[in-house]
Amino acid sequence: MAVRPRPLTVAGVAVAGIVFLLVAGTIAAVAVRADGGAGLRPSDLAAIRFTLWQAVLSAILSVGLAVPVARALARRRFAGRRLLVTLLGAPFILPVIVAVLGLLMVFGRGGWINAAGTGMGLPPVSIYGPWGVVLAHVFFNLPLAVRLILQGWLAVPSERFRLAASLGLGPWATFRLIELPILRGIVPGAALIVFLVCTTSFAVALALGGGPRATTIELAIYQAFRFDFDLGRAALLALVQLAVTVAAATLALTVALPDTLGGGLDRHVARWDLARRWPDGIRIGLAALFLLLPLAALILRGVPNLAGLDTSAWLAAMRSVVTAMGATVLTLCAALPVAVAMQRLRWGRVVEGLASLAIAASPLVVGTGLFILIFPLVDPALMALPVTALVNAAMALPFAIRAIGPQVAQTEARYGPLADSLGLTGAARLRLLILPRLCRPLGFAAGLTAALSMGDLGVVALFADGRSETLPLHLYRLMGAYRMDDAAGAAVLLLALSLGAFWALDRGGRVDAGA
Amino acid sequence: MRLTMIGLTLSASLPVHAQDRPVLDVYTYDSFVAEWGPGPALEQAFEAQCACDLRFTAIGDGAAMLARLRLEGARTKADVVVGLDTALMAEAGATGLFAPSGIGNVDWALPVDWTDDTFVPYDWGWFAFVHDRDFDPPASFRDLAQSDASILIQDPRSSTPGLGLLLWVKAAYGDEAPDIWEGLADNIVTVTKGWSEAYGLFLEGEADMVLSYSTSPAYHLIAEGDDSRAAAAFDEGHYLQVEIAAALAGSDRPDLARDFLRFLTTDAAQGVLPTTNWMYPAVMPEQGLPDGFASLPKPDRTLEIPAEDVPAIRDQALQEWLSALAR
Repeated sequence: MAVRPRPLTVAGVAVAGIVFLLVAGTIAAVAVRADGGAGLRPSDLAAIRFTLWQAVLSAILSVGLAVPVARALARRRFAGRRLLVTLLGAPFILPVIVAVLGLLMVFGRGGWINAAGTGMGLPPVSIYGPWGVVLAHVFFNLPLAVRLILQGWLAVPSERFRLAASLGLGPWATFRLIELPILRGIVPGAALIVFLVCTTSFAVALALGGGPRATTIELAIYQAFRFDFDLGRAALLALVQLAVTVAAATLALTVALPDTLGGGLDRHVARWDLARRWPDGIRIGLAALFLLLPLAALILRGVPNLAGLDTSAWLAAMRSVVTAMGATVLTLCAALPVAVAMQRLRWGRVVEGLASLAIAASPLVVGTGLFILIFPLVDPALMALPVTALVNAAMALPFAIRAIGPQVAQTEARYGPLADSLGLTGAARLRLLILPRLCRPLGFAAGLTAALSMGDLGVVALFADGRSETLPLHLYRLMGAYRMDDAAGAAVLLLALSLGAFWALDRGGRVDAGA
Repeated sequence: MRLTMIGLTLSASLPVHAQDRPVLDVYTYDSFVAEWGPGPALEQAFEAQCACDLRFTAIGDGAAMLARLRLEGARTKADVVVGLDTALMAEAGATGLFAPSGIGNVDWALPVDWTDDTFVPYDWGWFAFVHDRDFDPPASFRDLAQSDASILIQDPRSSTPGLGLLLWVKAAYGDEAPDIWEGLADNIVTVTKGWSEAYGLFLEGEADMVLSYSTSPAYHLIAEGDDSRAAAAFDEGHYLQVEIAAALAGSDRPDLARDFLRFLTTDAAQGVLPTTNWMYPAVMPEQGLPDGFASLPKPDRTLEIPAEDVPAIRDQALQEWLSALAR
């Protein structure tokens, strides 16, 4: 517990405040510009119900499937494992429109699976409908859930497994005594993140949901804006979305239990309870098939068109890289203090919640709110890239603090008293104690932010003109002009940039692989 | 923050040579300003005659642009908007943001009479379902509803063609529109956010037909040399979309704005639009239509709901659409 304010803690609280201001301020800006009375319609209630239903199911399924996959990946060492882990992250960082196309090239009516099925005389399978939405959301979020849970697993001190082995514990006892407590600490948070990502879903839900039954809150907000130009209702719906989120977050964080077992010496995790190989192999293989086939479809479709990309595509790619770098630096600068403040303060959960708010905010409302605030001051097109970097950073912050937070908590719990008794505080504590233990999650957070920002098509579409278009926006504009082949080429470029950034940064955080 | 500064510099690389000339700010939609769109050619042609600097700002689509203008209100820097359409015209007119165009006596090549003195048509098209040439399309919405043909459509709440289809069915069937939608429910593979998603899915083979424009096959024919796509002619007639431009009442360059509107109706602009915006020209250019346009279907009837009736009918049609498809 903090005795006196420390700079990192203060900075963490400040970051939480800024994110809260960003979210609440933009909703307020939209509400203030509203002309008349706002009220929810019956169709809005249906949208709220559908949003919750699909988000809860998507979260449960994503995390439920992620646990065995993450466990298998944590236990096994094989050639290409690191590459596989990086590739598995790809669906999450693609612009939705691209990922949906990839998914449908495999699972759609004209996709590979139906083509193979027809060859064997099977009736066609349709992906469209409520379950299509859930399937797509699992496709997007399973990789994220796997990575978050894998982070937790890799943080288990090797000594525990060594002890378990010397005590002759079987696989079930090892799971119950060592792995289950880790899962209880990390699964609710991971499920919450997936739930939040899915609450603001819109284009995926609509395209795979098969029609207006799959209307989410975000689509209702979209309608309020462009169909009715009812800013009051848009702001109200944004508040509902936030309220739903805060309720879910409170529930999930109450369930999460910190891991309180003893610490270790950061040795490489080795396992002695590995009897049979094939169950883990099957789990990894199935997940890889599910996640990588659509990527393969996209790559096969796009690679022949890469050479045809013109200067404007490469310029857009350059802007995307710069924006992603800006967002990454911002996120890292913000995430570390938040993670420390979360750990040190009695009301750390509140800090965490506020800092995570942006993920639950409607991108359309945040973008429009910022537009209303910025427009009187500067030409919005000039601010397109800085604003995009800022919003991307805020959206990535929840992932970053989920990745870093548990590690900071463990570090403080295990070594904090010792560090206190040694008088290790301030910059020295950060340099000697905290940062060395955070390399892995910091690298992961940086990679995730860069990749997410690279693929994001949120606020930039509201601000950008021709001179500030990013690669996702360029891709979307290509598709809007019949140029599907060029768009497929741009999608492969985007995929390569996102994965490249993720791989480089994530790898940078893995300097501790030996020991 | 240095990175942010780099971003600023990248985004702010405006042409320096043009600073001493008056600037005409034109808001338009995304695909208009792309290098394959009409924007670059129009900019060059107009700047050659106006001694001004024409600057396009691209904003999503027509509805997004109107929302943006309403947010900006009278303080908008826009002098002209290009890319609203007949479905948005009444709403746009009601904002009071637009000034009379000063354009009269044009020999419009539109399938309807044009009398509005604020909004200037620059191109137009019929909504139509596009299919592969070897697919035998239904001849009407009723045929379609009874067939097992699969279609991809766009959501009217987020897409211009989606709204066009809503008005098309309403204009053709009036009070029977809900029955038509209920009949179509099992033909609809899915409803997408925008045109791009639906058309992309169609090209990947997800459905027999996609809602687009009767001019879409001309793109594949002229730009790609591919004659395998066709547009289905429906007996009910086809709904018309006229794309329009207008000058802002608050513009500080009203003469230049009106010059640009007039320029849009001349050959220099109209000759460019068919093969860049893939729509019919609002005024027939001297060279006529490009070759590929001759093979496109010409509907016997053009359907249209008068602009002033659109807002009320649109809301009712949306409710009918939602309840028919939500079952």
